[in-house]
Amino acid sequence: MEINLEEQFQAKIEQEIKIEPRDWMPEKYRKTLLRQISQHAHSEIVGMLPEGNWITRAPNLRRKVALLAKVQDEAGHGLYLYSAAETLGMSRDQMLEELHTGKAKYSSIFNYPTLTWADMGAIGWLVDGAAIMNQVPLCRTSYGPYARAMVRVCKEESFHQRQGYEIMLTLCKGSEAQKAMAQDALNRWWWPSIMMFGPNDDNSPNSAQSMKWKIKRFSNDELRQKFIDVTVSQTEILGLTIPDKDLKWNESRGHYDFGTINWEEFNNVVAGKGPCNKERLNARVKAWENGAWVRDAATAYAEKRANKKNNSTEAA
Amino acid sequence: MTNKEWPLWEVFIRAKQGLNHKHVGSLHAADQTMAIENARDVYTRRMEGVSIWVVESKYIHANEPSEQDALFDPANDKVYRHPTFYILPEELNHM
Repeated sequence: MEINLEEQFQAKIEQEIKIEPRDWMPEKYRKTLLRQISQHAHSEIVGMLPEGNWITRAPNLRRKVALLAKVQDEAGHGLYLYSAAETLGMSRDQMLEELHTGKAKYSSIFNYPTLTWADMGAIGWLVDGAAIMNQVPLCRTSYGPYARAMVRVCKEESFHQRQGYEIMLTLCKGSEAQKAMAQDALNRWWWPSIMMFGPNDDNSPNSAQSMKWKIKRFSNDELRQKFIDVTVSQTEILGLTIPDKDLKWNESRGHYDFGTINWEEFNNVVAGKGPCNKERLNARVKAWENGAWVRDAATAYAEKRANKKNNSTEAA
Repeated sequence: MTNKEWPLWEVFIRAKQGLNHKHVGSLHAADQTMAIENARDVYTRRMEGVSIWVVESKYIHANEPSEQDALFDPANDKVYRHPTFYILPEELNHM
């Protein structure tokens, strides 16, 4: 009897049976997941850098502890995701190597600079908001370890967006200068945030296969539209203006229409020509290299202790 | 530089007294002390646990997924192990 593994695999997907690490899977499914999950993990880790910039300069202790906790969560999220990716057969060191050599990508949003305190508000509100929109459907993704990691991430992420929005709200209720600072942050972060959903569906060649494998549940354009639709009223509450003159409600579609995205800018940042690409990668490489002696010392200490234990067992 | 990757550990957390430890994920650490401390920082930042177990992943043994059907087959045709298999009069209460 001939068994078609690929058909069996697809049947499991259709029945919403999760795929687990040691189950048979098509090589391309493994590779697609490995690329997506490691890219996601790298984004969490590199994503700590723009915010790390403001921890020591937070305006008060309440803001400081919240920002510290958020950045610490991001380290944790990176770890959940690296662990999920490792179940697909790539070592942690290899993933880090791919990040450090520029072979692996991370979300291009983190290649923009954080110029003012209001950027902490805009990042939490918009960047985390867009990330949540992407991540919630991933809690039901077909690969078990990825789905479980995403459940944890989403649970923790909701405070991130609320803390960002609260920063924006406080600035908008403050002096003229503070409100202007909030508007300036929105102006700079709006377009990069809606680019986070990736290329238009017509230009996203891998999307159809990922949808068939139920790695993805919604297309890039669907998620982007959803994000814009919910963000407009949040902006109105703040009394700010979204920097898009073409943004208006379309009664017949039941959605907001919006202006053309500057894909040239997006492609440039992805290709490494964004404002902070070099700075971000250098910071990661430096952290890895400067941490080498700590990793080595811990390994040496663990070995010494293990030997001591073995010797004392032998003596007894 | 030794360039040696720290071993992988599986983490199990008891959410509160009275519950069993449940697998929550994995992490790398040089030894068991570091594994427990890292597990605390990564998996219990919001009071998710009162007790942590860590086991080096290499010590976990598992059945082969491809032989799953045969392995679990013996339990497949034994409905009499469930209480609903038994036909009892309706007037019988509390059984």
